[in-house]
Amino acid sequence: MQKDYDVAVVGGGLLGSAIAWGLGRLGKTVVVLDEGDIAKRASRANFALVWVQSKGLGMPAYTGWTVRASEAWGRLAAELKEQTGLDVALQQNGGFHLTLGDDEFGQRSDLVTRMHNQTGAADYRMEMLSASSVKKMLPLIGPEVSGGSFCPLDGHVNSLRTFRAFHTGMKLFGVDYFPEQPVSAIVSDGGEFRLSTPQGEVRADRIVLAAGNANQTLAPMVGLSAPMGPTRGQIVVTERTMPFLPHPLTTLRQTDEGTVMIGDSREEQLDDRALNHAVSAVMADRAQRTFPHLARLNVVRTWAGIRVMPQDGFPIYDHSESAPGAFVACCHSGVTLASNHAFEIARMVAAGALEPDLVGAFTARRFGVAGNGQHSH
Amino acid sequence: MFKRSDQDKRPSVSVFVDGTAIAARQGDTVSAALLASSCDARRATAVSGAPRLPYCMMGVCFDCLVTIDGVGNRQGCLVPVAEGMQIEIQKGKREIGR
Repeated sequence: MQKDYDVAVVGGGLLGSAIAWGLGRLGKTVVVLDEGDIAKRASRANFALVWVQSKGLGMPAYTGWTVRASEAWGRLAAELKEQTGLDVALQQNGGFHLTLGDDEFGQRSDLVTRMHNQTGAADYRMEMLSASSVKKMLPLIGPEVSGGSFCPLDGHVNSLRTFRAFHTGMKLFGVDYFPEQPVSAIVSDGGEFRLSTPQGEVRADRIVLAAGNANQTLAPMVGLSAPMGPTRGQIVVTERTMPFLPHPLTTLRQTDEGTVMIGDSREEQLDDRALNHAVSAVMADRAQRTFPHLARLNVVRTWAGIRVMPQDGFPIYDHSESAPGAFVACCHSGVTLASNHAFEIARMVAAGALEPDLVGAFTARRFGVAGNGQHSH
Repeated sequence: MFKRSDQDKRPSVSVFVDGTAIAARQGDTVSAALLASSCDARRATAVSGAPRLPYCMMGVCFDCLVTIDGVGNRQGCLVPVAEGMQIEIQKGKREIGR
């Protein structure tokens, strides 16, 4: 199976498919090499928020990158709709992080203050609201809600439909998608890359490593590093109910089809086959203290999924010095940043260089010596 | 739609469908009572609003969802009728708090 491509994208999840879609949109010949259905795919384990508030504490550049993504999401949703006919149900009318009790309100206020005081970060107008102000926008909150933070840029989307729209769009752009073809080895040879898969070898002028947690092992093959690790998250999903929640919350949202998603835990355990019911119980309890009416709804499913987490929580975008043309991309917020990946990162890969003004802060060199693939946990 | 057997001698139970009294039989499920009645028992699905009637009658397909005594999304095929029960044909999603 030899065929030459402009770009081979390793990984067909939300991150890889966003970049591949963006490259196809620019007229590049692209192949996506993916795992199969049993991949531990964060694209199916996310909470679907397009989220800005509280992002970037400790790295102002990440705040700017996130705001940029939020602002470009409308254009992405419109292009996907026009190309594929799929409505990804983007809603960006602001989101809340609600607090229960005075202690949580105080902690959240401190965080908002620290975010405001951070120099160099974009102002995204996050503010603390009293319980009575919150109640005007979310009339069904319970008496334990002490208030919360609100950010007008926040929103959410149907992430599964977004994932499907990217794949549908890739096909329309002529992108080759090959599942069940995990890459086991990459060789940089005379200006092209040769990627080994169970079905044979694929050659491309450039490569983008977007394989989630597998980036850790792939990146060192081309002089890059991706210090990261998996985390586990659980979600509780209720039966569909009439719309009652006009804004998404950090841990609670109502989908366009009416289900209520209650999330999302972060656990160290890495087996996604079994649920930790104690964790689900805490999540459900907090949800019904926030909105007492939820107590009457039936839970129709709960699940656990494995997500991607760069070592310091911020995205990694890098270009190999020893193997020019090899790029690595990994992040935790693949939904929020999808617009940046589809438009900005794809454009940079097509041009053959990352733009320092936009993504220079996200190099893996921040973790230490670049390119040796070593990191500590 | 369905006609009761002449051999069915079970005692009658009176229930209400959207406020109108219908005669069920003791031992009927809510879905059986609705299908045997002359009322329009079609619910509307939660997302597309398509009309549906009880189908599998054994708790699997969830096409019999109905509001019973003020509680939405009950599976009518699994709930026996009781005297005076209030049944509402559910149009669309369950209401929050019901």
